[in-house]
Amino acid sequence: MRAPAPRYATNDGIIDVATAALGDMLLDAQDKVGEVSLTVDRDRLVIAMEALRDTPGLKYEMLAEIAGVDYPERPERFDVVYHLLSMTRNHRIRVRVTTDEERPVPSVTGIWYNAGWLEREVYDMYGVLFTGNADLRRILTDYGFRGHPLRKDFPLTGYVEMRYSEEAKRVVYEPVKLAQDFRTFDFMSPWEGAEYVLPGDEKAAQPKPAAGQAPGAQSPVTADQVTRAHDSEKKAEPNAPEVKTTEHTGQTGAGKPHPGNLSHEKPVDPDVPSPDAKASSAENK
Amino acid sequence: MADYDPQIDAANPTPGDVEIQNYTINFGPQHPAAHGVLRLVTELDGEIIERIDPHVGLLHRGTEKLIEYKTYAQALPYMDRLDYCSPLCMEHSYVLAVEKLLDIEVPLRAQYLRVFFAELTRICNHMLNLGSHVMDVGAMTPNLWMFEIREDCMGFFERMSGARMHHNYLRPGGVHQDVPLKLLTDIAEWLDTRLPRLFGDAISLVAENRIFKQRNVDIAIVSREDAVRWGFSGPMIRGAGIPWDIRKAQPYDAYDRVEFDVPVGTRGDCYDRFMVRVEEVWQSARIMKQCLAQMPEGPIASDDRKVVPPKRAEMKQSMEALIHHFKLYTEGYHVPAGEVYVATESPKGEFGIYMVSDGSNKPYRVKIRPTAFSHLQAMDFMSKGHMLADITAILGAMDIVFGECDR
Repeated sequence: MRAPAPRYATNDGIIDVATAALGDMLLDAQDKVGEVSLTVDRDRLVIAMEALRDTPGLKYEMLAEIAGVDYPERPERFDVVYHLLSMTRNHRIRVRVTTDEERPVPSVTGIWYNAGWLEREVYDMYGVLFTGNADLRRILTDYGFRGHPLRKDFPLTGYVEMRYSEEAKRVVYEPVKLAQDFRTFDFMSPWEGAEYVLPGDEKAAQPKPAAGQAPGAQSPVTADQVTRAHDSEKKAEPNAPEVKTTEHTGQTGAGKPHPGNLSHEKPVDPDVPSPDAKASSAENK
Repeated sequence: MADYDPQIDAANPTPGDVEIQNYTINFGPQHPAAHGVLRLVTELDGEIIERIDPHVGLLHRGTEKLIEYKTYAQALPYMDRLDYCSPLCMEHSYVLAVEKLLDIEVPLRAQYLRVFFAELTRICNHMLNLGSHVMDVGAMTPNLWMFEIREDCMGFFERMSGARMHHNYLRPGGVHQDVPLKLLTDIAEWLDTRLPRLFGDAISLVAENRIFKQRNVDIAIVSREDAVRWGFSGPMIRGAGIPWDIRKAQPYDAYDRVEFDVPVGTRGDCYDRFMVRVEEVWQSARIMKQCLAQMPEGPIASDDRKVVPPKRAEMKQSMEALIHHFKLYTEGYHVPAGEVYVATESPKGEFGIYMVSDGSNKPYRVKIRPTAFSHLQAMDFMSKGHMLADITAILGAMDIVFGECDR
């Protein structure tokens, strides 16, 4: 590992010890990017976690984190990822179970007390259910919130917005109204992996007009038929009607009275006597 | 005593007593001692706490969701807004996670600069926490003196990055800019003169103070076993007597090149947690002095042009540099598919980033492991049987910031 990330004990042999301890509960084990990931059977998660905590050579005493990840294209769309820490062996490991909206995951609150809130958060954000968690309320979202915001199909802008209403004298909830459409910019390079057709690219799919010509062959057009660039230059006539020069102000348009600037075209202000009105009243006298 | 009737006395053994029911009070969400927006629903028996149900999430801004829609470079400033009392340490976990996925080297000077300013952040954070802790239990003056130190730190941060709080200074591959030599010499002088004087004075007012000890000693004792089962980290687990410090056990950046001690508590109470933080400030100053002595000259960011943008002067001369700059600030860099969990020792404890990359220019998922979640969760068990007034001491010794807790 060249990056200066935290360096802990080696991963060598961890998978072997874990395989021996977990038996057929272990579905998959990987050692990638310097980290060991185990996938275990969802229904026997608690037994597997207890084995990981208590087996000598593993001894993962602390639960650092529970994270949910959503892969909507999979049949069991959610990953619930547990990060365990062994302080005695100075090692970290990742344990993963997969689930969907309906199948619950056994709670590990009996092993680690801090799993309570972490499972609540996964439930709040993804809607994953945990059996055995006595207090599976929402935790981060608002009281009375609907939906699970970190699912990939939940829009970034959400569905409701709230504001303080001066009329109702309380906070009111309303459907989200965006003054401007939410914009996501796709900065992916169009040469690698862009998923849209650029303007002009649709021509690439059309059949070639010169049938029978091998791709990449020389052009059949002879030298006489080619229109050279300077040919068209010669034919081009200057079609500007007059030469643009600005020698005096009359040519620039400066100093011309703007039509709206004349006093009789301005809107009448009843409080300000206009000079015309004064003149007319003087005449009347 | 003529009207005394033993029959009535037998039915009601304590005549004149009022039947007391537990009552529930609501603490927060706007309370100066809550250090942010925390709502505690407390059930009290008289003045004794029976049960506490902390309600968090009032500052939830959906950082993790927002990051999924940003490139790796655009997501970095969100880190500053998590724990806004120690922003650089939040960035630290994030850049280390990205670097681990990218597997790029970071020049030694950049590693020292990161460690140096992360430790300054630790001092800055502890000034706020220690100061507000003593103020929560009734002392005024130390807080004002420690804010003086904090103000100095803010000045240094401004000279480092241009911003007092939200620095956005670290980058995957190094740091954003080199710092002027004068800043380093000024900080060195400050470490030798102002910090020991101001901080030493402020702590001398409280450390042996009888009232302060009465409010903190033997409050919310946490055993070693409980600390592990509740997932404590940082000063909370060290206060409980476990010498666990990620900087020491799992060194990152240049932490394996500097010497420092890990202070631990003996009783696991609020006073121990306070004193662990006090000692950490001195150890941070020690680390910073070593960084200044050891910091080499050289580049401050990786020269991998597919990740780190070129210098501005170079862009004026080189077409390739200009193209690199344009691509890095529009498309951004692609991070190889994979997942990492990187945890660093933030001033409050283990701050982790679990990052899942699908190989594109945006993270597929970033899970932030806040330190406050496991600490605040233990609030119920820590305060059971204590008095209502102890809540502020317990909360103060936990060092909770809601930007990070609620994300």
